Amino acid sequence: MNPVSSPKSPGSINPHEAIHRDPEMVIFGFWVFMMSDLIFFGVVFAIYITMVGATAGGPGPKELFDFGSLFAQTMLLLTSSLTAGIATVIVKHERSRAAFLFWVVITLLLGMGFLALELYDFAGMAEKGGVPQRSGYLSAFFGLVPLHGLHVTFGCLWMIVLIVQVFTMGLGDVVKLRFLRLALFWHFLDLIWIGIFSVVYFGGWVYG
Amino acid sequence: MNNLDYGWLGKLNWDSLVFSGFLERPSVSEAVASVAGSIVILATVGILFLLTWFKVWGTLWRDWLTSTDHKRIGIMYIVFAIVMLVRGLLEGMVMRAQQAAAPEGFLYADHFAQLFSTHGTIMVFFVAVPFLVGLINFAMPLQIGARDVAFPVLNQISLAVTVSSGILLMVSLVVGQFSTGGWSAYPPYTGADFSPGVGPDYWIWAIVFSGAGTTLTGINFTVTVYKCRGPGMHLFRMPLFCWTVLCASILMIFAMPPLSVAALMLGLDRYLDFHFFTNDLGGNMMNYANLFWLFGHPEVYLLVLPAYGIFSEVFSTYSAKTLYGYKSLVIATMCIAILSFTVWLHHFFTMGQSPTINIAFGIATMLIAVPTGVKVYDWMATMYRGRIRFTTPMVYAIGFLILFVIGGLSGVILANPTVDFQVHNTLFLVAHFHNVLIPGVLFGILAGYNYWFPKAFGFRLNDKWGKRSAYLWFAGFMVTFFPLYGAGLLGMPRRSFSYADLTFKPYMIVAFIGAMIVLAALISLVIQFIVSIRDRKKTQVPVGDPWDGRSLEWNSPAPVPAYNFVEIPKVTDRDAFTEAKEHGEAYKRPKVYRDIELPKNNPLGFILCVVSGILMFALVWYIWWLALISALTILVAVIAATFRKETEYIIPASQLEKDTEAWLALVEKSEAVSRDLEDSPRNVGLAKLEI
Repeated sequence: MNPVSSPKSPGSINPHEAIHRDPEMVIFGFWVFMMSDLIFFGVVFAIYITMVGATAGGPGPKELFDFGSLFAQTMLLLTSSLTAGIATVIVKHERSRAAFLFWVVITLLLGMGFLALELYDFAGMAEKGGVPQRSGYLSAFFGLVPLHGLHVTFGCLWMIVLIVQVFTMGLGDVVKLRFLRLALFWHFLDLIWIGIFSVVYFGGWVYG
Repeated sequence: MNNLDYGWLGKLNWDSLVFSGFLERPSVSEAVASVAGSIVILATVGILFLLTWFKVWGTLWRDWLTSTDHKRIGIMYIVFAIVMLVRGLLEGMVMRAQQAAAPEGFLYADHFAQLFSTHGTIMVFFVAVPFLVGLINFAMPLQIGARDVAFPVLNQISLAVTVSSGILLMVSLVVGQFSTGGWSAYPPYTGADFSPGVGPDYWIWAIVFSGAGTTLTGINFTVTVYKCRGPGMHLFRMPLFCWTVLCASILMIFAMPPLSVAALMLGLDRYLDFHFFTNDLGGNMMNYANLFWLFGHPEVYLLVLPAYGIFSEVFSTYSAKTLYGYKSLVIATMCIAILSFTVWLHHFFTMGQSPTINIAFGIATMLIAVPTGVKVYDWMATMYRGRIRFTTPMVYAIGFLILFVIGGLSGVILANPTVDFQVHNTLFLVAHFHNVLIPGVLFGILAGYNYWFPKAFGFRLNDKWGKRSAYLWFAGFMVTFFPLYGAGLLGMPRRSFSYADLTFKPYMIVAFIGAMIVLAALISLVIQFIVSIRDRKKTQVPVGDPWDGRSLEWNSPAPVPAYNFVEIPKVTDRDAFTEAKEHGEAYKRPKVYRDIELPKNNPLGFILCVVSGILMFALVWYIWWLALISALTILVAVIAATFRKETEYIIPASQLEKDTEAWLALVEKSEAVSRDLEDSPRNVGLAKLEI
């Protein structure tokens, strides 16, 4: 990909030097950020694992989790990763703006559906006494799972801003590049969810 | 939840002000606190008044507060760090005075506890880190031949949150009380049960925000080193400083998240009644110890690695020799970076894990001495048969070499769990870490300050006062901290505001005398700065190479123009600038002048600095409405910034031609001076090549 050219910049600028707009660098920077975020999640996972048994007589995983809802959440999130992927392909092949927006909106709706179900789950847990103040185990649970939810919320907000920017700034290189980073972020959240599903929910089902 | 029951001003009331304590129960301890608070208020008012008096608000706003130039951001980092250094140092003085005056003393136990908590927090997070980040920001992009760092606005944001966290710590001197839980803030002591006040909350938010700034800085520097190197600047042609920056940046990326997690979890415990680290309901404080030191140990190397880099540049430049064992130095740096993650448990050898685990971590800890030893020998070999000049940075470097080895050896002693069981939590430990951090980091910082100052401002610092300051630092450091080894071996616990056993007293008195010498060192540093400004006409180095420098940052006028290099130099070997000077490639006219594109000024950093400061203050004092408004403002400001369309401006080729021709004309008519005349007014920054 070539560096983005703005109408103001004459061709005489050495492309080697227009470093702030080098897409490769921007994407690489985002990968590095995700490495750091992965450590963040990794540490919270580790804390969760060390606190699995610390229920202090309160409700444990088996009493609290609603596996039907969890299956639905997983499907919503995995599908949203697929639709984000489709939007990426559309960007790559420079298809229509409408098609791009369509798939981004679908992704956004799936993400919001996931969040709604997750909040519903938390409410259900709270009804059974599963609040973070109850035990170390539940503190660790509510330190980890909503952290992912917070990331999804941030991703949704990002999508809304991008949709607005497609209308105000056009689907130019700047916005495309932002979308590519969002897509990376979104797939990353999928991966984290798979971790949460295996460690927190499936693990709780097996051992809890 | 009772946390929501506070009124409009949260927990804030008149009694929160530091002065109310003095009015209610006058004592020396309260007087000290009130004086500190007054200094903060008077200094703030004074600075605001002076800025208005000299009508510099416009310049300040355009050239500094909104600047995205990595050099200016670096300088702002350093100014901030120096302000914090003064506070941290004075706190150290007060603590030494208290222990020298004990058992009578003049401070309350709580006041002393606040002092050691802020002293540690400030020295690590608000002096060492920002000073190094400032030097890196200034020098690293120049050394690799880059126009700028990878993400200039992100750089601004990192500075913003670091500074606002520092301001929050200053505010804690006036409103409310800081944590009494030490710089590591171990729960459950810092939990809501044992520390119900606002102290730990001050600590938590300052750490979370400045930590986020440091993580972002790490990302920025890593990408800069990987992606923004000029043509021909292969990784193995980079100056060693850049290698240490790369490794330190990777440490920032990987080591800061555990700290953020630990601090945020502590916050959840305190604010929302979670049970991560509490004593009851399944909480586990050992998790905190693990998280904190999973950050805390790499942090030590995050600080010392860039300092090693600075020393490497200094040894090589002032010995007029290429760095001995470059590759082994790079490998040693990488080994240290990796090993730093494998040793965190030595911070709690005595907290009940099995001997097997202690042995494993003890051995891993001792292993770090190996690459460090490699480095020490490489530095000595660099000086061997070199043409050594005894300048201020070189004095610091040699002092470092000797004193740091002593500190390192006391570390090897401590790495043995059986020894550690005897001396843990005594002043032996305090002596050890001051013995590595002061020579290792502080001397590195000061060497870098003296070394790069002429590049940043266009004139040299006064060498005589620089050396005086350096010798006073050495003496002061030794007199202050060597007695602590003795007192520690005799069993004097750290962090004690008083003691009954008068055996310790002579040691404490000597240490206090040392602290006074350190104060004299700080004063000499200030004098050096003032004298240098006074004499700046005689010490100008506009050509830009006052020390016969070897790396690319010296290949530009001083002060460096916004665009760094008119034409990015092509690199063919290590010591790129020396190479260029040898082959007559330096100071050459570019074939064509091309427009240069640079990032525009951006107010985002300044806005975030102010608003994040308000957010932290609101969170500390439970002022929920204000916290909500400021959090939303941050969100809106960041989103709004992404809508900016014109983010770059062009410096036209004609301007570049004018500047560069003027500089080349200056080079033409300047006298090249030999290294003997380095410190004379004849040195205008053009070095005579002597190999």
